[in-house]
Amino acid sequence: MELFESVLVALLCCNLAYLAISRLRVLIRLTAIQGALLAAVPLLFTGPAAHGHALALSLAVFAIKGVGFPALLARTLSRLEVNPVVEPTIGFHLSLVAGVAGLLFSLWLETRLPFPPGLFPPLLFPTALTTIFAGLTLVVARKKALTQVIGYLGMENGIFLLGTPLSGQGSVWLELSVLLDIFVAVFVMGIAIHHINKTFESIDVGRFCSLRD
Amino acid sequence: MLDALLLVPILAAALSLALPADRPRRAVLVVAAMLHTALVAATFAHPPAPAFGGLLELDAPGQLFLTLASLLFLAAAIYATGYLRAEGGGAKRDFQDGAVFQNAPERIFTACLCLFLASMTLVATTRNLSVLWVGIEATTLSSAPLIYFHRHRRSLEATWKYLLICSVGIALALLGNILFSVAFYDPASPLPSMDIAAMLPRAALAGKPWLKAAFIFLLVGYGTKMGLAPMHNWLPDAHSQSPSLVSALLSGALLNCAFLGILRAHQVLGAAGIADFSGGLLVLFGLLSMGVAAVFIVGQGDYKRLLAYSSVEHMGILALGVGIGGGAVFGAMLHAACHSLTKGALFLVSGNILALYHTRSCHDARGLARALPVTGALWLAGFLAICGSPPFGLFVSELLILRAMFAAGAIAAAVCYLVFLAVIFVGMSVTVLRMVQGPVPPAVHPPVSEPVVSWGPPFALLALVLVLGLFLPAPLQAFLSRVAGAIGG
Repeated sequence: MELFESVLVALLCCNLAYLAISRLRVLIRLTAIQGALLAAVPLLFTGPAAHGHALALSLAVFAIKGVGFPALLARTLSRLEVNPVVEPTIGFHLSLVAGVAGLLFSLWLETRLPFPPGLFPPLLFPTALTTIFAGLTLVVARKKALTQVIGYLGMENGIFLLGTPLSGQGSVWLELSVLLDIFVAVFVMGIAIHHINKTFESIDVGRFCSLRD
Repeated sequence: MLDALLLVPILAAALSLALPADRPRRAVLVVAAMLHTALVAATFAHPPAPAFGGLLELDAPGQLFLTLASLLFLAAAIYATGYLRAEGGGAKRDFQDGAVFQNAPERIFTACLCLFLASMTLVATTRNLSVLWVGIEATTLSSAPLIYFHRHRRSLEATWKYLLICSVGIALALLGNILFSVAFYDPASPLPSMDIAAMLPRAALAGKPWLKAAFIFLLVGYGTKMGLAPMHNWLPDAHSQSPSLVSALLSGALLNCAFLGILRAHQVLGAAGIADFSGGLLVLFGLLSMGVAAVFIVGQGDYKRLLAYSSVEHMGILALGVGIGGGAVFGAMLHAACHSLTKGALFLVSGNILALYHTRSCHDARGLARALPVTGALWLAGFLAICGSPPFGLFVSELLILRAMFAAGAIAAAVCYLVFLAVIFVGMSVTVLRMVQGPVPPAVHPPVSEPVVSWGPPFALLALVLVLGLFLPAPLQAFLSRVAGAIGG
């Protein structure tokens, strides 16, 4: 198995682990691992003749997703003194089942879609789609604002992965998805969670129950 | 000229942050809004040249939504001067749960308002799907602090929901854009850019399954921001918790911007010859949105949420009109214009009601006709307009859409459309008439007179909707035909 495919398999394992982990700190570490793995993708994809653009992108992804974000999440966790256990709204087993279902669906879809020849290397499409599904599952299946943000980041990682083969085509989607990261960092993490904690003395969004019909 | 359109609100935002006092800051807001509207008016007289290396280029659909955003912003800016003066600074007591809270600094609020206008301008003035996506993301970034102006628990809850749900939507839209790139993938001659002008001539050769997949993600992604059911959950909360002038901008301008994203995708699918697919989905989501709105409007006790659900309904009508195609697209574009103006007016009027009654409950806010005669009259007129009663513009647009549905043979959809409209009319009329009539609650002390700044802007907006219902000038008709033509109508 080539290194590139090994990285994709490792990313797939990360996704399933995301859905089964109950400690916030471990989840944050996993975010760092996923970020670092993702940073390797543009480099490995373009092969040994990796041009400057891919290298710069990899470095940016590593700095933001592999180091910056996990550090910010860990800092938020320790500053807020929240309960370090992930509180699920949908149980861990069911979440895992959803993740596996996402993987199976992605594999099935790969056989159904007419891929442009030479665009997607094997495994990339199902890995990307499963990462998006796992992220989405985390957003809807966990109570804490912090876990929702981690899920959202996972989702973005999947989108980044899907956009990688197009980066040489003059499209700017990868760069834009990194921009999305910065947006989340500044806004959701820095400000919103701080305010939620200050106002509700908790980052459990399950307490958000005053606005209903 | 397009660069000036973008720079005016950005400079105004910088100035708002820099100025030490509130009064000049409010003046900057109004002047920037006036300048922006004047520049937009000038684009009709002299079609502007592309700017920033072709990234900004104004076409007819963009021009329509830009004009609406600019007009609404001007009304909101004038209204804001009175609103911000009345709000003042210092600690406040929440009228719902009694908790003490503070407003966000006016400096931040004004700057974010200007940046919100800048981001909407960016969305409307570009034909490049990447830039459009960045613009829509920027609208989220700049409008979230506006929703959280009153820093209490409920507005925070609404802001969090808005941020999270719309961010997921924006991420899905990014995925849709990436799938578009896959559809147009051709190593021999890569697309020069994600500009609609470059995509449309090559759309027929693009991979159809990928185009369809891309449209689904773009519809769900931008549809979330547009408030289409079932992705509308953030909308009633954000609209009910924001200051009324912000609700007016969210409902009248922002939802249109997200709709423009969907229209661009629909344009591409139309050029690829699969407009039936995107149109079918638009009809489905349109009817679903109308149905969901009808369910929640009947018996709705919160008048700002009532208006928010009415926005879900009208976004459904827009999607339905574009989905049906033919003459309905012209109707939908007229509907977009009339809805923006009417809903903007209604939210501004709701701000006057909230300011006097200190409640969002339509059971407690009674006797409007006596307590606030001008506001009460505008509330009633706005209700008649928004429900599509003659002689207002929405009557004409809804009728045009209905006629096109019959012409297209979509009888089942037409029946659902009529039933939903009727249910919503009855549901809204119960609430609105109850509020206008009856005695004024003893705890409420009506003012001697209502300041012009509070009723002038909504009055002007409603007058425009009335004019659009009575008489559609030939140049405007030609312009709307060009907009509809660009979208396949």
